[in-house]
Amino acid sequence: MSSTEILALREQYGTSDQQREVSTIGMWIFLATEVMFFGGLFAGFAIYRMYYTQGFMEGSAEMEIILGSVNTAVLITSSLTMALSVYNISIGKQFRTYLLLLTTAVLGLVFLGIKFTEYYLHYQHHKVPGIWFESSSPHSGAIELFFVYYFCMTGLHALHMIIGISIVCVFAIRTALGRFNARYHTPISILGLYWHFVDIVWVFLFGIFYISGLHR
Amino acid sequence: MIAHLTTPDTADYLTEERGIRSWLLTTDHKRIGLLYIFSVTFFFAVGALFAALMRLELLTPTSDLVDPETYNKLFSMHGIMMVWFFLIPSIPNTLGNFLIPMMIGAKDVAFPKLNLASWYVFVIGGCVALYSMIRGGVDTGWTFYTPFSTIFSTTYVVGAAAGIFISGFSSIMTGLNFIATIHGLRAPGMTWFRLPLFIWSHYATSVILVLATPILAITLLMIAVERIFQVGIFSPELGGDPVLFQHMFWFYSHPAVYIMVLPGMAVISELVAAFSRRAVFGYVFVAFASIAIAVIGFLVWGHHMFVAGQSVYSAMAFSVLSYLVAVPSAIKVFNWSATLYKGSVSWDTPMLYAIGFIGLFTVGGMTGLFLAALGIDVHVTDTYFVIAHFHYIMVGGTVMAFLGGIHYWWPKISGKLYPEGLARLSALIVFLGFNLTFFPQFVLGYMGMPRRYAAYPPEWQALNVLSTAGASILGIGYLLPLCYLIWSWRYGPPAPPNPWRATGLEWQTSSPPPKHNFEVTPIVTRKAYDYEGMKEELGLV
Repeated sequence: MSSTEILALREQYGTSDQQREVSTIGMWIFLATEVMFFGGLFAGFAIYRMYYTQGFMEGSAEMEIILGSVNTAVLITSSLTMALSVYNISIGKQFRTYLLLLTTAVLGLVFLGIKFTEYYLHYQHHKVPGIWFESSSPHSGAIELFFVYYFCMTGLHALHMIIGISIVCVFAIRTALGRFNARYHTPISILGLYWHFVDIVWVFLFGIFYISGLHR
Repeated sequence: MIAHLTTPDTADYLTEERGIRSWLLTTDHKRIGLLYIFSVTFFFAVGALFAALMRLELLTPTSDLVDPETYNKLFSMHGIMMVWFFLIPSIPNTLGNFLIPMMIGAKDVAFPKLNLASWYVFVIGGCVALYSMIRGGVDTGWTFYTPFSTIFSTTYVVGAAAGIFISGFSSIMTGLNFIATIHGLRAPGMTWFRLPLFIWSHYATSVILVLATPILAITLLMIAVERIFQVGIFSPELGGDPVLFQHMFWFYSHPAVYIMVLPGMAVISELVAAFSRRAVFGYVFVAFASIAIAVIGFLVWGHHMFVAGQSVYSAMAFSVLSYLVAVPSAIKVFNWSATLYKGSVSWDTPMLYAIGFIGLFTVGGMTGLFLAALGIDVHVTDTYFVIAHFHYIMVGGTVMAFLGGIHYWWPKISGKLYPEGLARLSALIVFLGFNLTFFPQFVLGYMGMPRRYAAYPPEWQALNVLSTAGASILGIGYLLPLCYLIWSWRYGPPAPPNPWRATGLEWQTSSPPPKHNFEVTPIVTRKAYDYEGMKEELGLV
């Protein structure tokens, strides 16, 4: 057992294997709560899309499909760098892990930058419900509802991104300080689970908001 | 599994560290359990105060003590306080927190810091809710039905919803902690089928906590968005669907009923075994009944909406599923009763509460079947019949179990014995007061008295007076334990490690336990409730 490992072993655990296993279970349970959290919104969206198919198609046509696609690519790339971080720390490559984590954080920030650009464009097109919403379509009510769900869901996703990026930065610094190594890197693997989850949520968001109105 | 009843030389968890700082920054699950006991008792008192004012108002047919607007706020705030700040955390966060690690032979929960964080989040949520009540209250009912809550109500809906939203994260943290603890920190030899039934029930509760609470969070968030930005999500004027709100609300709030009652069942399984000196009859059935309740409990939410305009086919499906969820509950009641058969039953205070629970829960459960029947439900929807039904479950069930559990484990928690005679008397007072309060409400409801009104026709006064009289007796029944338990904390005689001669790892350590629960990690070789083995070991066979 290395000294880091002994320091990292909390008193309620007998062994570091037990600690790693229980911590991982904890993250999976947390992700289950997140599935339910976003699930409530996905369910509501699905129901309203059935009620107001035409309006939701028109709402989807207002999306910035190019920016959204680029963003999806950026985020999936960040999942790759995150997966590589987890792999590299598991074989003890601390400096490479540090660089990969920083790349992940930068890609996350690029995603947020593009996302907020999109928000700004929606604002310019007067498509922000409750603040400035105008539409000449006969389905303007449904389009407004579409944008309510759009802003709630992508907003919550962005909040998860902000939290994720902050933790990635903290862990990058801790990696640089040598806190993680091949034997002890549970926090980075767990952060990886979280990051991939947030990315998967985006893939679904991309599907329901951007793609679903494309075939017009 | 018999205790080596030695007194350790080291200090116990209460005296290990002193000072307010050591309590507010503690990560010891036992201290956090105590912090929760103080907080939920406080919120219970606030909720009870609202109930007392309601009962006083209902003493006379006219609305004279408070005006109808105030009355609307009283029942709303009573519901919010009692449901989210007492019932949901009542048993899991107090007794569960205190006992789960000890019962499985662990030093602490899996994530002690998260455990402490959950208490802070809970208290912050409670304070936000309380603040919005002091500022002027909320009048939507605890159910926040739209569009009233989002368009029409002029009260502090967002504040109250924010308080509940925040406290929801405390529920999630606790549930997550329990599941990880039960999976990962069991002592050597503590297999799944050697776990006390207390653990099985809390496991089922935790699954509901982590899977249902996020839906409540998102629903309340949508309420706040709709109310603040005046955009349509649930309001028909704005293109939303109010029935969707009800679906989402009850998708949490029906499973939440099982969050409240499963931990009660957890306590009762322990009490019935300990005071019958027998293993719980049909252990495996009782264990899986908890899981079945948690699973089926997720599929019955539509029975709250039989008159809300859902399709008759889904209403029929929900009705059948609601009957189905009664089966595992009935299994538990039958198995507890069967445990008594040929047991050597003793009538100590915790057992009085346990027997009270079984009777009252049965009444509450059977009237639940009335409400699961489509025809009868239409007749009694939104009447006092519904009120009486769920108070038989929540108060007659959960609060009785909470009090029974507090008495049973009080020697372990405080290291002191409480005055038994006084405790038996107050258990009796609680039982009588409870029935006098809520039984008349079944009759009132069946005669058609609607819930949530400050005034009623004079011919219903006699039953309402009975109910109010019962409530004051019930109030005394709750005040007595509060007084003598506090008294015994200071002046009670010291408790031995195992005053009830019960099985279970929590009784193998000293009273109060040392900081890490056990001097040496226990090794488990026997199943739960092995009273036969205990007799043999003591040479009584």
